[in-house]
Amino acid sequence: MLRFVVRRLLLLVPVLAGLVVLLFAWLRALPGDPARALLGQRATPASIAQVNAAYGFDQPLPVQFVTYVGRLLRGDLGSSSASGEPVLDAFLSRFPATIELSIAALLFAVVLGIPLGYAAAQRAGGLLDTIMVGGSLLGVTIPVFFLAYLLKIVFSQWLPLLPTSGRQDPRIDATHVTGFYVLDGILTREWDASWDAIVHLVLPGIALGTIPLAIIVRITRASVLEVLGEDHVRTARAKGLPRALISRRHVLRNALLPVVTTIGLQTGLLFSGAVLTESVFAFNGIGSYLFQAISQLDYAVLQGFILFIALTYALVNLVVDILYGVIDPRVRLS
Amino acid sequence: MTQVSDALGPATPTAPDPDAVGSGGLWHSAWRRLRRNPTAIAGAVIVLAFLLVAIFAPLIAPGEPGVPLPNSGVTPSSVPGPSPGHPLGLDSPGTDLLTQLVFGARQSLLIGVVSTALGLAGGAVLGVLAGGIGGWVDTVVMRLVDILLSIPSLLLAVSVAAILGQRPISVMIAIAAAQVPIFARLLRGSMLAQRGSDYVLAVHSLGVRRRTVVMSHLLPNSLGPVIVQATLTLATAIIEVAALSYLGLGASNPSTAEWGRMLVNAQSRLATDPHLAIWPGACIAVTALGFTLLGEALREALDPKGRK
Repeated sequence: MLRFVVRRLLLLVPVLAGLVVLLFAWLRALPGDPARALLGQRATPASIAQVNAAYGFDQPLPVQFVTYVGRLLRGDLGSSSASGEPVLDAFLSRFPATIELSIAALLFAVVLGIPLGYAAAQRAGGLLDTIMVGGSLLGVTIPVFFLAYLLKIVFSQWLPLLPTSGRQDPRIDATHVTGFYVLDGILTREWDASWDAIVHLVLPGIALGTIPLAIIVRITRASVLEVLGEDHVRTARAKGLPRALISRRHVLRNALLPVVTTIGLQTGLLFSGAVLTESVFAFNGIGSYLFQAISQLDYAVLQGFILFIALTYALVNLVVDILYGVIDPRVRLS
Repeated sequence: MTQVSDALGPATPTAPDPDAVGSGGLWHSAWRRLRRNPTAIAGAVIVLAFLLVAIFAPLIAPGEPGVPLPNSGVTPSSVPGPSPGHPLGLDSPGTDLLTQLVFGARQSLLIGVVSTALGLAGGAVLGVLAGGIGGWVDTVVMRLVDILLSIPSLLLAVSVAAILGQRPISVMIAIAAAQVPIFARLLRGSMLAQRGSDYVLAVHSLGVRRRTVVMSHLLPNSLGPVIVQATLTLATAIIEVAALSYLGLGASNPSTAEWGRMLVNAQSRLATDPHLAIWPGACIAVTALGFTLLGEALREALDPKGRK
């Protein structure tokens, strides 16, 4: 087990190293001048030179690269050229929001998706199944930000039951310990603050969770259908085992393996989706931070973000591979 | 090559005949099953309607795209609703909404098809290098693909679009770049699976050059999954064009009719005129649905498990 984890972590090194080189070359190829982007149209040559010197943009590229890698190895992702804020600090302060949102979206997708996919497979060809298959196709093809708009229209105009922007009502004087607003409320026993944060997560969570939901329904359905046709399920039925037991132990457990992989692969999608969802719902996470960075040609932020995402993505999928062994004892991690 | 495959045809009944691609065999039976599949027909109808609208846009649209009407009656708080000559009313810049939607189909089709073709071409080159040559070339190419796959596709497209600037071709390249690793990996896997087949061994043992084996035998027989993916990718490409517009990295100047941009323009009027967002959004979703249905049906039709 430990050897497997170590080997997988080592395999990550060349990918990340390649990514660092690629990102550096890539973002330096941007046509815009970051100093000018930072200072705006009224920049004087002197002020541009000053900014270039301060951020090292005037150094030869190899020198910039070595400096960058050296800093990276010390955990320094550089500073935003727009705000001067260290990139790592900016991420760490905004990451809890995005994690909270991603968890809300995944919960929505998993809690609804697995039972729906399972029920559809149980009555394959029936009405529920047809609705599920059609609905999941539509769910995959609806653009995230369009769905976010629709939810916003409905819930701000016609059904003002749920908040459509922000992470918490600004009138609530909440204490923030960890940056996870729901958790903070629980830790400080400010239940109303916690509840308000949960309510704020509902719409962005649904918007972000719809594509994963559609995918999970489809994968669960296909996977359950396949397992239902297998010999061991027939045998279990033949020996007269209770239906619930067969469903739980013989069908669901075997069918979950591809579903778990899919959930892992959704992380990438969640991060892309977060950039779009957060900006629609004015949700202050790393997604909306990246949104600004794109327009300001903020090299350090873009580099840091993509590296950060790639690392998170890889780690999540490592965890997923480890989970395999837990769900399916036949998969020995060697 | 006809000679070789003719000679091998009867001897290797399980091996797909390379010359059968496009003329009969696998594709023929796939086509037969497609025609009987309601999903395929629904997808084909949507895609066909979209194609026709895109091609005949100037004939269908009641007006000129991107030209604001004089005295349009657009105020900061409202836009004019349906009127004779403007069945869907006007949108926020004061142009005819239906005209913009119809010409938007053209733009989506153009960007979607070109970017998918570019992505397919790039992925095919990498996939053929990796799957056809193998060895260290395979290792190097696949590590590059791994690196590209470690970035979520939209973010990859965002970084490329940010470098290249806001021109239609940059958006196409950006979306294509995000597709290259997907096609490369798929084609390589598919070619590796073919490489072990008897018919490949047979042409090898006949002394046929490796280049010919790869280009005339491995590649055509590995294209099935790639074509399915390309159909599905068209759906993603259409959504991503809109997403890039939304992120401010769109292809068009403000006067070009483009669904993604229409959605962005509608944002400030969501409260008063939600239909300005709903129409282009629905167009994107329905078109993407059409390509997805067609792709799924193709996948089913080409799946050997489903063949009778």
